[in-house]
Order: sequence, then C-alpha cells, then structure tokens
Amino acid sequence: MATVSFERATRRYPGTSRPAVDRLDLTAGDGEFLVLVGPSGCGKSTSLRMVAGLEPVDSGRIRIDHRDVTHADPKDRDIAMVFQNYALYPHMTVAQNLAFALKIGRIPRAEVRDRVLDAARLLDLEPHLDRKPKDLSGGQRQRVAMGRAIVRRPQVFLMDEPLSNLDAQLRLQTRNQIAALQRRLGTTTIYVTHDQVEAMTMGDRVAVLCNGVLQQCAAPRTLYRDPANVFVAGFIGSPAMNLISLPVLNDSVALGGWEIRAPRGISGPDVVVGIRPEHLEVSGIGIEIEVDVVEELGADAYVYGRIVDGATPVIARTDGLDPPQRGGRVRLQPVGGHIHFFGADGLPIR
Amino acid sequence: MSYLIRGVRRSIVRGVALYAALIGVAWCALFPILWALSGSLKTESEVATPTLVPSHPHWANYGEVFALMPFWRMFLNTVLYAGCVTAGQVFFCSLAGYSFARLRFRGRDTLFVLYLATLMVPLTVTVIPQFILMRTFGWTDTPLAMIVPGLFGSAFGTYLMRQFFRTLPTDLEEAAILDGCTPWQIYWRILLPQTKPAIMVLAVLTWVNVWNDFLWPLVMIQRQSIATLNLGLVWMQGQYVSRWPVLMAASILILLPLVLVYAIAQRAFVRGIAVTGFGGR
Repeated sequence: MATVSFERATRRYPGTSRPAVDRLDLTAGDGEFLVLVGPSGCGKSTSLRMVAGLEPVDSGRIRIDHRDVTHADPKDRDIAMVFQNYALYPHMTVAQNLAFALKIGRIPRAEVRDRVLDAARLLDLEPHLDRKPKDLSGGQRQRVAMGRAIVRRPQVFLMDEPLSNLDAQLRLQTRNQIAALQRRLGTTTIYVTHDQVEAMTMGDRVAVLCNGVLQQCAAPRTLYRDPANVFVAGFIGSPAMNLISLPVLNDSVALGGWEIRAPRGISGPDVVVGIRPEHLEVSGIGIEIEVDVVEELGADAYVYGRIVDGATPVIARTDGLDPPQRGGRVRLQPVGGHIHFFGADGLPIR
Repeated sequence: MSYLIRGVRRSIVRGVALYAALIGVAWCALFPILWALSGSLKTESEVATPTLVPSHPHWANYGEVFALMPFWRMFLNTVLYAGCVTAGQVFFCSLAGYSFARLRFRGRDTLFVLYLATLMVPLTVTVIPQFILMRTFGWTDTPLAMIVPGLFGSAFGTYLMRQFFRTLPTDLEEAAILDGCTPWQIYWRILLPQTKPAIMVLAVLTWVNVWNDFLWPLVMIQRQSIATLNLGLVWMQGQYVSRWPVLMAASILILLPLVLVYAIAQRAFVRGIAVTGFGGR
C-alpha cells in the first residue's frame, strides 16, 4: 500500500491564463479513501490524471509511496484507474477485459486465470465472463471496470466519477459496494466526484477544490461543521447553507427582525452569516419569512421562502409531518451555536 | 379531420415523388449494365437493334470469351494484385491514420495537410515519372509494378482512417496506456479492432479501384500471362474487328466478381459509409 502526495503540483493547459490545478498540496494516507470534490472545471479530474500520468505536471511534484513519479510513465506508477465511461475494450469479453493488463504485463497464464476468477467472484461477475461489454447492463459494466482495476493489485486506485452513468438507485447501491470493497482491500484510493453526497458518504477525508485551488481537506463531518471558508460552507450540504451578507451594527446583525450577536473582532462593515437549513427551527419568535415553496420528502420538508423585510431567499428544514403552508408566513429561529460568520475575505470568524 | 387527411395526402405525394426520383436515378445507373447484359446475349446482327430483350438468348458469346482470352489466368492476376494492394492499403493507411489522429509529434498537422494535397494530383500527371521509376527498378512488365506502388497506402485511405480514429473515445486509449500498452499495442490490440467499418469501406473501395484500373496496367504490362482482366478486354477489342456481343459478355464476366463482393459486404459497407461520414463523397 502507499501514500500519494501532491507537492505544489501545478497544471496549466496551453492557451489558458489560469492554471487548472494551482500549487496543490495534498496527501492521501496509506489505505485512505480520499475524495476530490468541487464544481465542474475546479481541477479535480486534472489532479487525478496528474497522478495517473495522463496529464503532465508543469511544476511541483507527485509522489507515490515517497517515490517521485512526476515524470514517470503511467505504466510504471503502479496505479489502476476506473474511468467515468468505464473504457471497457468493446471487442473483448469480460474475462479478456479483466485479464488484458496482466497479459500485457506478462504475468503467467495460470496466475492471470486465478486473479480474474477472484475478481469476478468478488464482484459477482462470474456468470458474465464470456459476454461482451455491449451485452451488459450499466451496473455490470461498472463492476467490470472495477474488476479491471482490482485484478492488477495496484498500490493506488484512481476513480474518475465512476458512478455518474448509473441511475439513482444503482448509484446508491454501488456507492456502498465501492466503499466496502475499498475498506476490505485497504488500497489507497483517490476518488473524483462532483456529487457532494457521494463525497461525504464515501470518503475518509474530502478535499474541496475550486478554480484549481484546494479549499479544505478534512473528514466529512469537519467539512460540514467547520468549513474553512465561505465557498466550502456553500458547497457542502444539500440544500446549501443559507449565506446572507449583512451589515454589523453595535456588535450584532439584524436578520428579518431577529438580532444575532456577532463574534468579537469583526473587521469589516459587512459580515456573511451562514445558517444551515436544519438549524432554522419553526418557532413563535425569530426571522419572519414568506413561504414560496414547500418540498415534502416524507420525514422532512424543505421550506423555501423570502425574509419579509429584505426579500433575501432562505431555506429551512422542518418536520415533514406538519410543514408550513405555501404562501403563509412563519418565523424561524436559528439554533444557538450553529451560526457561522465569514469576513469579507471569505474566512470564518470565530 | 380535414387537416389530418391533408397531411396524409401530402406525405403520400411526397413519397411518390421521392420514389419516382430514386427510380429515375437508379435506372440511369443500371441501364448501361442492363444494356451490356442484353448485348452479351444477342447475336452480332442483332446487337445494333435497340431492344433490351434479345429475341433468342445467345449464350455461346460467354463460351467464346474463354476461347479468345486466358480468362482464368487474368482473373487470378487481377485477384492477386487487388488482394495485395488492398491488404497493404488497409494496413498502412490505418497505421498512418492512427499516427495522424492520435500520436503527438512536431509538424503532424502540416505533414498531414501536405500528404492530403497529393489527392489533387491525378495519376495522369505522375504516370511518366512513375514509369521511369519502375523502369529504373527493372519492374516494368512484372507483377511488382502492379503491386508495390499501391501497397504503401494512399492519401485518401489515410484520411478516411484518420477521421475514423478521431471518433474513437480517448478513454480507451488512456485505459490501454495505464494497462501498460506501447503505442503499437494500442493501435494493434485496442483501436484497430474498433475500426472495422472504416476498414470495410477502404477495402471495398481499394479493391474496386484496382479491379477497374486501366491506365496503370496499360502502361506497365505487356505480357498476357501477367495481364489484368481489363487489359484482356481491351486486347480483345479491335484487333481486326470488334465483336460487340463477345465484348459485352466479357464485360459482364469481369463485373460479376465486383457485384458479388458488394452483395456480400453491402451491409458493412453502407454502415461504414454512414459512420465515417463519407456519404456525400
């Protein structure tokens, strides 16, 4: 097993002004499941491809197990990658797809057969070994793609949005399978996704990227509770955290007729107040909002509304059994201790 | 309701017009072949009469073809030349097409455009220098002159294969790179098997080209024993007098293998034309 380190790794595509990945410093520990997440164009896939050797590194280094692989050939990095579109070889059967890398690597035939059968058993692919990829369902293809990585027994798995072509139900199921498989094999894994739910549920740690810059890398719970800046606060969580820019008056801010005490040492005239939807409770007192839309999900309901005196949009999570009515007015009380403040520079004020 | 009827009527009219036009075009293409077929079954006195159906089919014309020219010898020669050139074209054009589509090297696109520009130079312009070249090699009037010049690919074939290689997902290639493949293995084991439709088109077009070629064999070949069918056809003509029914019978016999190849490969060929985007060529 191995660690993977980015050391100020930078990639600038020819003809662009901004680097796709900008001085990335990040380490995936031995056996860790590290998720790279961010909006499209944030540099997460580029970072992954830099580890694979499919994308050159313009400056900085990439190390796998302390070995500098910045300029090493992809085949010499001892990594295996699962592609978004699986990239199964269409003219080969499942068994041939699984065995291909081993054959190229001149592994003895008997061992190839054993490893292919092991992987097929692990992924429930045994009945499909003689079928071509076009005859498989999306979920089966995804498993073949996983199997192709597993048979190689690499030091590192790289996965580039491997679930994005599956339907919602299968995605949920496969998500758990991949996480369980990774824990069982104990192979260091870097996993790229744009889906923050995937990131939060699968990763030991999650690295959030934006515009090629690492915003925060932490355990999912830390990201959620203690975002390092206003971008992470807004990106992690679904529905997103309510982020409202407000002027500070007498060490406090006024939100929809409700006064919130600001922390000491606020520098700017304005501050961004962040409250997660679940930290706004329907109550007799608090911020008064007009309800625009109510999304009923059974156990919960999301209330989308506007603050009465400012028209600022607000989302709150309420009890699904007795949600407020559309068009009505409710008061929402922020739960103490769960209010975030961010300065003009986007950094948290505590 | 009347709107519905109007719509149906319009689509019927459009369908009839379309089919009439297609039948017209097909008739223009097929008529000369039907004329040759009919002529091959007529007697010499009847051949000049403008009827499509001969009064008494005169099958003996076909027998005379075999008596007048060494048909099977020439047939085998033509198959040999067409087979070798087609195999060479498929191999070298796909190799060059892969390089131009997927490998990165300095001056790649300029080189490709220059190569493509050679499409604009017709054979008639280069036939004399090529003849001198063949004579220097001592290859004139040998099978080598028929095979080697066409063996190493063509600008058209390279272009066709390059366009097709460009449509293949880069993921496949990257997966192969990570699996440890060399560029040759990526070409041979991963990408080439995906290009079957384009190879089919290239193979059929090349085969037909060599089969129908007249100018090059005429310049290169003098001996009957290594001549192509087309040369044989010309040599039958006008030594003393042209016997049109026999000539027509020979033409039909030369055409038959092509029709057969096309009939067998038609589905793959049409699919290849569709996926390579050469429909309007």
